[in-house]
Amino acid sequence: MSLFMPNRYRGKLIVVEGIDGSGKSTQISLLSHWLRSQGYAVAFSEWNSSPLVRRTTRRGKKKEMFTPTTFSLIHATDFADRMESYILPLVKSGAIVCADRYAYTAFARDVARGVSRRWVRNLYRFAIHPNLAFYFRVPLDVALGRILGGRDALKYYEAGMDLGLARDVEESFRIFQGRILDEYEAMAKEVGFHIIDASLPIEEQQRQMREIVTAALAGSLRSGVLRTPPEGEIGAQTATAPVL
Amino acid sequence: MLKRQPLQFYNEALPGVDTAELQGKLVVIEGPDAVGRTTQVALLRQWLEREGHAVLDTGMARSALAGKGINMAKQGNTLGPITMTLFYTTDFADRLENEIVPALRAGFVVLIDRYIYSIMARAIARGEDRRWIEQVAGFALVPHATFYLRAGVETLVSRVVLGRGAFDYWESGMDLRFGPDKYDSFVRYQARLIKALDSMVKPYEFTVIDANQSVPRIFSELRRRIARLSLPRAARRPRLRRPAAKAAS
Repeated sequence: MSLFMPNRYRGKLIVVEGIDGSGKSTQISLLSHWLRSQGYAVAFSEWNSSPLVRRTTRRGKKKEMFTPTTFSLIHATDFADRMESYILPLVKSGAIVCADRYAYTAFARDVARGVSRRWVRNLYRFAIHPNLAFYFRVPLDVALGRILGGRDALKYYEAGMDLGLARDVEESFRIFQGRILDEYEAMAKEVGFHIIDASLPIEEQQRQMREIVTAALAGSLRSGVLRTPPEGEIGAQTATAPVL
Repeated sequence: MLKRQPLQFYNEALPGVDTAELQGKLVVIEGPDAVGRTTQVALLRQWLEREGHAVLDTGMARSALAGKGINMAKQGNTLGPITMTLFYTTDFADRLENEIVPALRAGFVVLIDRYIYSIMARAIARGEDRRWIEQVAGFALVPHATFYLRAGVETLVSRVVLGRGAFDYWESGMDLRFGPDKYDSFVRYQARLIKALDSMVKPYEFTVIDANQSVPRIFSELRRRIARLSLPRAARRPRLRRPAAKAAS
């Protein structure tokens, strides 16, 4: 049984995955700017960002109300809202949607929390299948070094403190990220990730991504995907892409 | 979903719950909108408490976690069907883990005004995949009894018009515009809901109660059937952390 709904539309969906500190957000941001500069209509969707659901999630986190099951469900609700009101209509319209984290994040993180693999895979079955899913593979210590070096204190759920893995927040984060990493590695084949070595220089990773995007989507990008009409053509009054 | 013994999980065990510890009884009242479930739950609660039982009653969108968020999301016009299904499932899971399971551990009679079956029926009425939602909701406990208050759409219409005097946007399924106005949409949407609930009677072992009858008659029928469930009688009322704020429903 396939994991997701097939993408039968003109638009494309490109997603990035990896543990915290793998550098995936930087890479998808660079890729989406590049695609936009090529004239494509590009939209961007971030994990946990639905205006309808965000407030409930924030409340639950602040008051530490979540169990593994409700944590999983509220993130699926957030994802569903972005899918129904944002990603799907844009992909239908012919845009390229870039997503920073997708259902795979839940497959890794929720299972690391003790939720059943089968159940969480079924939960996201309504999602559309990405055209490309990049996984940024990075050794745990490298990612931890990036995260623990330059940012705010780790948050309760982010560090997996709800699981009682360790008293110390950093130690808990280490163990929890290790579990998530194991889940990503275990699913890499099953879901067909394009694996990028995230310890390479930023420019090199980006070069590899663009190569894969160009090779995989070249033909289909020419037909159907929205882009700025060349200057002088009818309807080309605006300099920017027609969508977003 | 396969038939299971009461107080087992349907498909998926909740992490950290040992069903052997659950001593209470789980009784579900199901049925379409405006059929009179809430009235019956209130009557049953009074009666059970007079009989000396400790009772918890709970219903949809009353969770501390998601109740508020659902009610806010319903005020806008962007709540999609899958998002709605999952939001209600989150709400149910929060109540199951934080109210229902602790009450069952303490030997309560738990009366539930709408269970996962309503979430499933709404999803099915909106064209979602039945197997998908059945598996999503598979962490629910199998109740000791589910009473399905069944009435035709005409009865529901007359109760809405005579009772509230206006059709509710969501109860009319106006999010998917089943008809040109609230009345037509209500009739078509409720007919779909009833059909979906009817299809669950066998697999989920509902006891069908004719809800075209008067309130007292329905109540006495429910009372007679619930009395047969050999409910645990609390010697003294077990202590239970008061379930967190019930959002106005």
